[in-house]
Amino acid sequence: MRYFKPLATAALVASLMGTAAHAETLRYAFQGTLNQLDPYTLNETFTLGSHGNVYEGLTRRAGDLAIEPALAERWEVMEPNRWRFYLRKGVKFHNGNDFTADDVVFSADRVRSEGSDLKTRINADVKVVKVDDHTVDFILPAPNPILHYEWDTWYIMDKEWTEANDAVAVTSASDTTPNHAALNANGTGPYKVMSHEAGVKTVYERNENWWDTPDGNIETVEFTPIGSDATRIAALLSGELDMVYPVPVQDIKRVNDNEGTRALTGPELRTIFLGMDQKRDELLYSDVKGKNPFKDVRVRKAFYQAIDMDAIRDKVMRGLSTPSALLISPFLYSRSDEFERYPYDPEAAKALMAEAGYADGFSVGMDCPNDRYVNDEAICQTIAAFLARINVKVDLNAQPKAQYFAKVLASGGYDTSFYLLGWTPGSFDSWNVLHNITGCRDDKGAGGPFNLGGYCSPEVDALAAKVLEENDPTKRDELIAQAFTILHDEVSHIPLHQQGLAWGVASNVELTQRADNQFHFRWVTKK
Amino acid sequence: MLAFSIRRLLQAILVMLVVALISFTLFRFVGDPVNQMVGVETTPEQREALRERLGLNDPIMTQFGRFIVKAAQFDFGTSYQFRQPVSDLIGKRLPATLELSLVSAIFALLVGIPMGVYTGLHRDSVLSKLFLSISLIGISLPTFFIGILLIFLFSVTLQWLPSFGRGDTVAIGWWTTGLLTVSGLKALVLPSITLGLFQMTLIMRLVRSEMLEVIRTDYIKFARARGLRQRSINFRHALKNTLVPVITITGLQVGSIIAFAIITETVFQWPGMGLLFLQSVQNVDIPIMAAYLMLIAFLFVVINLIVDLLYFVVDPRLRADRAAL
Repeated sequence: MRYFKPLATAALVASLMGTAAHAETLRYAFQGTLNQLDPYTLNETFTLGSHGNVYEGLTRRAGDLAIEPALAERWEVMEPNRWRFYLRKGVKFHNGNDFTADDVVFSADRVRSEGSDLKTRINADVKVVKVDDHTVDFILPAPNPILHYEWDTWYIMDKEWTEANDAVAVTSASDTTPNHAALNANGTGPYKVMSHEAGVKTVYERNENWWDTPDGNIETVEFTPIGSDATRIAALLSGELDMVYPVPVQDIKRVNDNEGTRALTGPELRTIFLGMDQKRDELLYSDVKGKNPFKDVRVRKAFYQAIDMDAIRDKVMRGLSTPSALLISPFLYSRSDEFERYPYDPEAAKALMAEAGYADGFSVGMDCPNDRYVNDEAICQTIAAFLARINVKVDLNAQPKAQYFAKVLASGGYDTSFYLLGWTPGSFDSWNVLHNITGCRDDKGAGGPFNLGGYCSPEVDALAAKVLEENDPTKRDELIAQAFTILHDEVSHIPLHQQGLAWGVASNVELTQRADNQFHFRWVTKK
Repeated sequence: MLAFSIRRLLQAILVMLVVALISFTLFRFVGDPVNQMVGVETTPEQREALRERLGLNDPIMTQFGRFIVKAAQFDFGTSYQFRQPVSDLIGKRLPATLELSLVSAIFALLVGIPMGVYTGLHRDSVLSKLFLSISLIGISLPTFFIGILLIFLFSVTLQWLPSFGRGDTVAIGWWTTGLLTVSGLKALVLPSITLGLFQMTLIMRLVRSEMLEVIRTDYIKFARARGLRQRSINFRHALKNTLVPVITITGLQVGSIIAFAIITETVFQWPGMGLLFLQSVQNVDIPIMAAYLMLIAFLFVVINLIVDLLYFVVDPRLRADRAAL
């Protein structure tokens, strides 16, 4: 029998072990680091997405971002101001502790405490009341139809564990001793953290006692941050990693052409847009003195129509972007198809400039990040070239995000005349945009903290206030439509596009790519 | 001797203080750390409160004074991004950097010296011309480019060696080593070649020119006249005398290998101090940046101090000058 040859036997045993053991390991890399494990210290997509494999909220979001029950089995609005959540029974934390209403009340206090970066998850005025061990009431100061929209990333922590380890206070950067919760995790989710060396490697293992069944078959997950684009892509192409993200747009073709890997692309929720200083009476960076050209809607519209977004999509983004007419992703607003971009028309733009008294154009300084969004600096350069055609001379100041944000945000005194910014509403809802991006603000930023240009329309603010309290979805969408119409007519900002997301995946790996760029292991299958 | 040592020590302390001051003034231009520590939706008031708690609103000299007092006690504070003590973080990353630097220094010596001897002895051979061309590449191509080139050749195309990371490591006390595992050794190959290539070419060219010099000297000619074997002349008499400047240069280069590991570590995602430093620059993690710069400055100061003291011991003229004063 030739099977008795030692070599063949060894090969057979090895192949049997490969199929029978099912101990699939997923190795993946992301460009940034997972800094610490406390789920309340950083409100940022990658960090929250990573924690989402370990911790869970009362709700969670499905592959298509629909809200579904998680630690809460169901909920109901008892009165407009009172929501009741019925908690799932029999759920255990990784250390074996039971999940109860006390943990929810505790987590609600902790997420709103000093040092938390996720205070927006629950308004400070909301009262959280334990009804019994598996029922919790939320009593609101005013009706709020989107109360639970962000609760998929408000992760529930174990009261007992947190208190026993002296980690009740959220780790603050001014602390001198490391907080237990920053280095260890104890959630209810499908994976447990086995080891975590910040900036080097994090290892996860499947939680066999999870209350739900995972769709995937991954036992162990190894995460490595790889900052260099070339190295990250090389590690995928060489087969050392099963999944990497993001893939730079210029490498997508290579990943697809390579045998054994493919690029998974799709539209992301982030909208990239331009903003203009409409608050100061004279621009900080311009040769126009004594007046502010951006206060004139004709100038703003001329800028809008001078930029060819289709060309930017085809040349700069290599097809991986969707030009956008709104400041919110079409996924997140049901009536977005009613809005259309002003057409690209350099002649009309020139006419508008002449009408506004700037036939000879003017010069303006533009602030742009160069390591924050997909091809951000290249987009700004292209825009500068388009604006040159209507005689606007753009002095581009492209900087790393650390310097860029220090200059243009409130802490830098909104020190910009013309800027490029990207925004994903954390709540996946339009009110977030109407408040943060277009709300009237004072010099400190109260009212509309990320409205860097200081656009102000009292009408839009009034509509936003109504949106916040309207419980009827149809009426609410109508109010939002009215607000967006005003923003579009007045060219409050220039929406550019939805940038695309691109993941590099080995051919033997199946997974779900969520449009918010969060990566969940429970949907991964390795063959 | 004592006065000289004390004077050198005082100078060293002064250098450290100046480095600390310069880096502190530079930190004003690297950006706002608070923006990197919080999510986008954090309100301006919360950012302001955090800035106040971190003491970033104090005058720069107050911050500097606080830093110096703590640094003198080896307390470098807590990292903004990782929320762990900086000394712990650097301590954990130190073995990776030192191992990489050591292996690349050994590589540079073991390859650079024989190549230098060969090209010195056989000036016009084809192989010498090849070695010199390679050394030109090592000197002129930027490190990150060599690294990426090696990755694409040996990791992606041939799939012989890993493209990133340190492989499996073994912990010996607080020290982690990759020298004891197969994957650890394999992971060391590409980064140490990348990091050591420049030093290797430097050593090779140095040995070559020293060899050319020495071979022309009288005592080599006499050795030939005495009928000694060529091998013995080349290696016992000539090479030995070329090594004095090589040792000096190598010693001084150790500091720069460690300091310039930043780029190599970034290309290969090598979990050492250099990578930590670069991540800190991107995230405006001032405590780590400050500690790293102080450590590197300290390293150079110590190396220079040792070299100076050695010169003092070796060279009697220095002592004579002092006595005359």
